[in-house]
Amino acid sequence: MSGSAFVIGVDVGGTFTDVFILDEANGRITTAKVPSTRGDQSKGFIEGIASRVTDFGEIRTVVHGTTVGTNALLERKGARTGIITTEGFRDVLEMRRRDRPTTWGLKGAFTPVVARTDRVEVSERVLADGSVLRAVDEREVAVQAKALAEAGCDAVCVFFINGYANNDNERRAVEAVRSVWPNPYVTAATEILPEIREFERLSTATLNAYLQPVVSSYLDRLETGLKAEGFAGDILIVQSNGGVMSIDTAKRYPVRTALSGPAAGVIAATRIASAAGFDNIITCDMGGTSFDVSLVAGGEAALAAQTAIDFGMVVRTPMIEITTIGAGGGSIAAVDKGGLLQVGPESAGSDPGPVAYGLGNTRPTVTDANVVLGRINPDRPIGGKLDRLDIDAARAAIDSHIAAPLGLAVEAAAEAILKLANAKMAGAIRLVSIEKGHDPAKFAAMPFGGGGALHTGALIKEVGLASALVPRFPGVTSALGCVVADMRHDRVQTVNRLLSELDAAELGRAILRDAEETRAVLGSAGVGFSAIDRLVELDMLYLGQTHTVGVPLEIGEEDLTADAIREAFEAAYRSAFGRLLDGIPMRVMNYRIAVIGRRPQLAMALFAPQGGKPAPECRTGTRRVYAEGAWHEAGIYERLSLAVGARIAGPALLEQADTTIFVDPGLVAEVDGFGNLVISRAG
Amino acid sequence: MAIDTVTLAILKGRLEQIADEMDATLFRSAFNPIIAEAHDASHGIYDAVTGETLVQGKSGLPIFVGVMAFAVKAVIDKAAKSGGVHEGDVWIFNDPYDGGTHLSDFRLVKPVFRDGKLFCFLASVGHWHDVGGNVPGNYNPAATECFQEGMLIPPVKLYDRGEFRQDVVDILSANSRLPLSLYGDLNGQINALELGEKRMHALLDDYGDATVAGCLIELKARAARMMRAQIAELPQGTVSAEDWLDNDGIVDTPLKIALDLTIDGDRMVMDFSRSSPACAGPVNISRSTTVAACYVALKHIFGEVPANAGVLEPVEFRIDEGSLLAVRAPKPVGGYTETILRLIDVVFQAVAKIAPEPAMACAYGTINALSLAGHRKDGRRWVMFSFFGGGHGAHAGGDGLNHGNAPISTATIPPLEILEAAYPVRFTQWALRPDSAGPGETRGGLGAIYEIELLEENADVFLFGERGRHAPPGVVGGGAAALNRFSFEQADGWHEPPMASKMVGIRITRGQRLRLETPGGGGYGTPHARDPQAVARDVAQGYVTRDSAQADYRVALNEDGSIDAARTQSLRSREAAE
Repeated sequence: MSGSAFVIGVDVGGTFTDVFILDEANGRITTAKVPSTRGDQSKGFIEGIASRVTDFGEIRTVVHGTTVGTNALLERKGARTGIITTEGFRDVLEMRRRDRPTTWGLKGAFTPVVARTDRVEVSERVLADGSVLRAVDEREVAVQAKALAEAGCDAVCVFFINGYANNDNERRAVEAVRSVWPNPYVTAATEILPEIREFERLSTATLNAYLQPVVSSYLDRLETGLKAEGFAGDILIVQSNGGVMSIDTAKRYPVRTALSGPAAGVIAATRIASAAGFDNIITCDMGGTSFDVSLVAGGEAALAAQTAIDFGMVVRTPMIEITTIGAGGGSIAAVDKGGLLQVGPESAGSDPGPVAYGLGNTRPTVTDANVVLGRINPDRPIGGKLDRLDIDAARAAIDSHIAAPLGLAVEAAAEAILKLANAKMAGAIRLVSIEKGHDPAKFAAMPFGGGGALHTGALIKEVGLASALVPRFPGVTSALGCVVADMRHDRVQTVNRLLSELDAAELGRAILRDAEETRAVLGSAGVGFSAIDRLVELDMLYLGQTHTVGVPLEIGEEDLTADAIREAFEAAYRSAFGRLLDGIPMRVMNYRIAVIGRRPQLAMALFAPQGGKPAPECRTGTRRVYAEGAWHEAGIYERLSLAVGARIAGPALLEQADTTIFVDPGLVAEVDGFGNLVISRAG
Repeated sequence: MAIDTVTLAILKGRLEQIADEMDATLFRSAFNPIIAEAHDASHGIYDAVTGETLVQGKSGLPIFVGVMAFAVKAVIDKAAKSGGVHEGDVWIFNDPYDGGTHLSDFRLVKPVFRDGKLFCFLASVGHWHDVGGNVPGNYNPAATECFQEGMLIPPVKLYDRGEFRQDVVDILSANSRLPLSLYGDLNGQINALELGEKRMHALLDDYGDATVAGCLIELKARAARMMRAQIAELPQGTVSAEDWLDNDGIVDTPLKIALDLTIDGDRMVMDFSRSSPACAGPVNISRSTTVAACYVALKHIFGEVPANAGVLEPVEFRIDEGSLLAVRAPKPVGGYTETILRLIDVVFQAVAKIAPEPAMACAYGTINALSLAGHRKDGRRWVMFSFFGGGHGAHAGGDGLNHGNAPISTATIPPLEILEAAYPVRFTQWALRPDSAGPGETRGGLGAIYEIELLEENADVFLFGERGRHAPPGVVGGGAAALNRFSFEQADGWHEPPMASKMVGIRITRGQRLRLETPGGGGYGTPHARDPQAVARDVAQGYVTRDSAQADYRVALNEDGSIDAARTQSLRSREAAE
């Protein structure tokens, strides 16, 4: 073996595949950016690695954030899937929770991923208390399974009503399916999610089955391709919860990759920020059509219990909570019939994109406002697709669509567009911070992706954030996240008992048994951990309520007691709502367990610039920038050449290949010991 | 004070966020599933003097958007007669004739003071699980006076200058079958108002009272301007639409809702004079509820208009006092949901005649409030109460949504597993209902079939529904959907209620079942113009039967489900010749 031991993170996005390579033998870091290969992402994946690594035998671990699952869901390109379900309930998937996509306008539509003809019923029934009213008939299941196979289904989901309370019928049915239809793509709903609420469980399990053939075959190709190059290490896949799982687990539970890509970005942001001394951050990812934010408090990213990938496509597994609003670079600005300025949610996307791209759009966008106000260098567009941007066209569009109807000068109109876009982004930040009871003054904004760093200054001012932290390589953040993510497995079990009627000690033992099983899955992945943590939470509520409160619980050597549970619930309830409700019985709905294998920390000091130069030496010129109602002469700096400790007062523009950073007037930027740029109020 | 357009747009977003956050707080902490799951609640910010709606949350019940202004006005009037409004006051009431809807909806109104001066009101409304009266859950189809529907509380103080009045809560609790649920919901509403007040102060501190006040005035002016621009785009003239309620639950005769809609430049007149007079049973509504329902219908059609009093400025209402649509105490109003759904239906039908492009056919048009009540073996009372879904209407852009929620609400249905875990029932079916959708060039969405078996010794069943005699119509030549159908099992077999979809206190025993089959939405455009491939697909999926394909769509299918082109052509050309 030669001197190198590579750990490689690969994030495959819609346009580019980003590769982040750490050589653990000497701590060296290299990155690569190659075009993504549509159709078979594994090609671009392997090419990206090969552009920097000659001997694949020197790679120990490859960690992958993938959008294959997400795209298959959004584009409805999963496998033909069948559902075998309880008699009387074939339409649960299509009936959803009796909702509609938008409050106003009754023009919604929904096409389930499984056609009605592929949803078949068998006579069986379990009651809510777990008793079996009617045992499943394996022969009937076998007949239905065969029919689905003959009809051309590639995957199947078995889902029975009240399976969360007792899954005997469901397990026997799954065996019956396998006995006549040897098929790796059989999903049992309670194996994915043994939690009460039939639609959410069925939807999650169905999407798992729907994704399994697509994601598995992709991961197979990836494995084969890497092996052919001489790779003999481990492949890990990033889950939506921000932890990684083994490639075999990913093939079994592909629905856990629904938000794999964005989760990796948040994890990287968390680690970079922690190393720099920021435990509380709000990550901001600005794309062409949307602005995604997530909250990291005390070094931990907030998790959501479920999300909808699209209307009616509900996935209920823990995921990094990402709040998305329709305000991206391509968001279109317009004046409505009441004479009020609007930005988004309509978007020109990246094709045709902003007016300045010259690809056919004539309505002004957020990016056009940035171009007109001098914040984007028209001669150096990010992404490298275009040679230059058309400022005059952007000006004309803002003039006719915004400035004229509002009676403003073009610059003022452009600034108004940015102010409103910033206000929308600020609203999203407020939503994830203030509404959850956090004080924004204790948080720093952390932009990653291409566009966010133009707006972070404004966010500091608008929301009252303490500062902003711009990582050294915002464009490859997600790939870096792959390398630093921990391994994590979550599981849930519905209990649905009153606290007063519950054997607390037995509940504690059941939780520990499950935790031990989950830990064994971690152990079998062949990955080394610096530590293994266990988190236990109960979902609890007062009798009569339907929404639960998450109640963190410590389980030690002693038996769990009802008093301990009550105290934990009251503490959690008080912090959520302020007032307790005396005299009302409490119910334990579910328990949730997360087992986290901590992977060795990457020393973020590796990013520190070596031999940088003081600010004046990095200044390449000036550009006129419009801000706060006036033109300023702003200095332009080569960001990556700045030395540790370099300070630049706004207004200034810092340029690098994958982003432009705007330091607003009144703010100051400083390079920290890890190569990050910290922007804060001057003085 | 002149407000620049950017500040205005930003403040609009901030104010909406406050109302949204109040909604979210109540949904999370409420006790009864009608609020927590069905979101039958709403919050907003209201004018200090007139009570007009300034800003309303996006996630609350749409119908409350229009009606809450009347509620705040009721408190303003009451306070004027009883010592004024003070800092720290919170008013509570459910009077349906004075800015209300029905007795189940309890309103809390809280003034926000700045430096000792009243700035605005915050209000919270939520549908409580049980407020007394003859029927658990308060949907009493046999009520002839509001006193049979529940307790009626006029505006009284829940907090008096910051002091909580436990005596008021004691009165409320003593009048409910489910006092714990009431207590939990009341606390949730207080939580929401306290949070709203805190957020409002933070916003006012950030921007200054004068700027925010100016912004609120300007937003109203712009909402009016926007509505006028929408109206001005419609063709001039008058169109009419009529629709029917099955009966009032007491007298079995249909009740007419008639609308003559006139577009006159940038103004609109909605004339309901030809509608039925007030009726004996509980499908009357107050004038404020009628106005609110029209607002909901218009906002569904012209989505851009904001949730703000200005929208109704260019709309003139003609509603006869003492008619079904402007009733006075003590006429019963418990079933108001059915009447406002019908109002929305006539607005949809009238608008479709002048503006077919943005129009939609009628949705399933009934809330189907079903309650089962009984006692467990240990004597504890249980009440399962839920609303059920149906199809949405078709529109120019496509088929209607299957199994949607009612246009007046954004309610989701509780999971059947939650219902089975909480109550002694078992669902034997939960499915889409074939042939329930109105045929059309685009088809309505499908309604549903719910079948429920009782697992306890016995229970009493109550239903408040509609559309059992008059189906949801289509528009622009589209056909009507299926009728609502309710049936129940007793020792001597299956029955249907004499009033079609309304029934009080029928006793069923263990093992007996209830079956509710809900309407789909109406069709849009002539069914004979529907793409035969789409009809064949609907038949293959079981949404439409072969019989309906042939009779309604004039599409003939072969044994294997493929289109019989020759026979289809002959069916359709015969139609053209007729």
